[in-house]
Amino acid sequence: MKRLLNWRAPALSFMVFMLMIGIWHALTLPKAAAVTAESEYAALVGAAAASGQKSAFPSPADVGAKIMQHLGEPFYDRGPNDKGIGIQLAYSIARVLLGYLLAALVAIPVGFLIGMSPTVYRALDPYIQVLKPISPLAWMPLALFTLKDSSISAIFVIFICSLWPMLINTAFGVSSVRKEWLNVARTLEVGNLRTAFRVILPAAAPTIMTGMRISISIAWLVIVAAEMLVGGTGIGYFVWNEWNNLSITNIITAILAIGMVGMLLDLMMAKLTKLVTFPE
Amino acid sequence: MSAFKDPFDAATSLTHGCSCGHHHSEAEHQADLAVQTSDSEALSNRVVEAAVMRALFPHDATRRRFLNAVGASTAMAAISSLFPLGMAKEAFAQSTGPLEKSSIKVGFIPITCATPIIMSQPMGFYGRQGLNVDVVKTAGWAVIRDKTLNKEYDAAHMLSPMPIAISMGVGSSPIPYTVPAIENINGQAITLSIKHKDKRDPKSWKGFKFAVPFDYSMHNYLLRYYLAEHGLDPDKDVQIRSVPPPEMVANLRADNIDGFLAPDPVNQRAVYDGVGFIHTLTKDLWPGHPCCAFAASREFVTKMPNTYRALLKAIMEATAFAAKPENRKQIAEAIAPANYLNQPVTVIEQVLTGTYADGLGNVKKDANRIDFDPFPWHSFAIWIMTQMKRWGQVKGDVDYAKVAREVFLATDAAKLMKDVGMKPPTTISKKFSVMGKEFDPAKPDAYIASFAIKRT
Repeated sequence: MKRLLNWRAPALSFMVFMLMIGIWHALTLPKAAAVTAESEYAALVGAAAASGQKSAFPSPADVGAKIMQHLGEPFYDRGPNDKGIGIQLAYSIARVLLGYLLAALVAIPVGFLIGMSPTVYRALDPYIQVLKPISPLAWMPLALFTLKDSSISAIFVIFICSLWPMLINTAFGVSSVRKEWLNVARTLEVGNLRTAFRVILPAAAPTIMTGMRISISIAWLVIVAAEMLVGGTGIGYFVWNEWNNLSITNIITAILAIGMVGMLLDLMMAKLTKLVTFPE
Repeated sequence: MSAFKDPFDAATSLTHGCSCGHHHSEAEHQADLAVQTSDSEALSNRVVEAAVMRALFPHDATRRRFLNAVGASTAMAAISSLFPLGMAKEAFAQSTGPLEKSSIKVGFIPITCATPIIMSQPMGFYGRQGLNVDVVKTAGWAVIRDKTLNKEYDAAHMLSPMPIAISMGVGSSPIPYTVPAIENINGQAITLSIKHKDKRDPKSWKGFKFAVPFDYSMHNYLLRYYLAEHGLDPDKDVQIRSVPPPEMVANLRADNIDGFLAPDPVNQRAVYDGVGFIHTLTKDLWPGHPCCAFAASREFVTKMPNTYRALLKAIMEATAFAAKPENRKQIAEAIAPANYLNQPVTVIEQVLTGTYADGLGNVKKDANRIDFDPFPWHSFAIWIMTQMKRWGQVKGDVDYAKVAREVFLATDAAKLMKDVGMKPPTTISKKFSVMGKEFDPAKPDAYIASFAIKRT
């Protein structure tokens, strides 16, 4: 019975995949030409325009071929504006990790302090509530104007968007450590610093990790948009550059790559969370 | 400027202050000196001599004592025997001077207006001037403005009204900017969605949504001018929004907009993908109008004169090359790849050669669809300012001639055009007409007053 269940889920998954590809293929089958233009005119325009239509959505076969082409040559570098998808992804991941780590360096200690003191919590809460819902991209013009450097601005945007979930979760995790544990520590006359590191931190660790997991997903969502805005390098720039060229096949390839990397980042954080989780 | 003083004159100070004491200020002294040594060769010789003397005698007093003791001609002979002055002078005269910076970054927007800036890289025009230039593709005009103001780029491709707006502090804090060369003339078009193919009369365009690349663009002013001439108020009867050129075709396809006045290859790309047709080329509104500009901050021009001159020379040579119709196919192939415009070669070729599909089934031929003439006419700047005022982007009095003189560097352009074998005009201002209405650069305010639809 168990073996059957193990086998069922992947089979269903595969069937869903084949069904989606099948529908996509059926929808993008070439239509019969409505009008055919003269050959001189037809040579100057795309195939669809020559037959009186708008250019069509690519078929699964087109996209598959494009993916194979990118996989075959992921790290080429033909000048500052044309680099392989592997290099672009590396740029984006580097930016995300840098901004994210900076945010963690700020958010976790500050969150810790906020969580330990109800007064500070209440005093800072209004600011956090106002700053939290601001779209990170809204900071971009301000960052470009004040930081005067586009790549630092992109990192700043990642920093600001990963800050809040980590800060709030850390504060929440720290403030909701069970009272009994703190009381036991006090009865045993454990020092403040020791309590913080040996009791509160391990107790709050799962909540903090949840905040960090949310942050990395948000950071990965935002980097694509930020790079589309600023350009230069990164997977966001790649999408923008191909949008420029109206190359839907390349854009789909990039979308798949973005999804894959996002999934890997999330899995990594999930594994780390498991390490610090404890049974109650 | 002490480099231009005669270092073999015992009375001259190579450090600071008016050296001879005959002038009230150093500037006057310089002016006098410039007349004495107007010959540029003599000047460059002086520069070399001064450099050598400064190296030998770091303290000015020592140099003067030495010269007084032995006499200038003996000193020259003595030093020449130690140091090959003649050779140094020759080496200096060949290049205009050492480049202050050889690795530079120039930003561009992927449109054919940027042709001279882009093609100079793959076709080696920058390399010939000893420059190692990275041309960096940028996402939009606001970003290119900010990155240039941040000094991430040394120079950039801008819409010709942008440096004027930046210098005047319209839409950003005022920073002195310059246009040493116009990138291209003509080369824009009004493209409409294919569903409007029967609405060729602008009077039937009420309620349309149009896109232009930027608020401070020739496109915005030309579209407004065109609509107003046909009796439509561009602020009330239609909607004009600013959309970066690369996103225009996608928006036209999605029916977000009804049409645009845009730079190429956007227009031709809309035809290529079957989503739009070319209603009219802007050259039919104003033949020979400017579009984009090669822009640099005044700081770059004054602080790195040699780099600036080398860069401008490369651009001028490229522009001269692009102005010849027989070279256009070759250019199209060089600038179409993903590193530059990222478009099918045939689209770029149609734009540059002027043999193009119009989107309605006709093949049209117009060799001047886009053309290249780098001269920054002051009258162009003045016309742009009249339109900025006409549509309420600037309020109050504008010193048209002064801004034009400070931003459009016609003298530099003329000199370098001559160097690369082009014929620069002898005047800096000319009359022209836009849609049959004459513009006199001497009477800008009367010109604004003559329009029925305006926001003043």
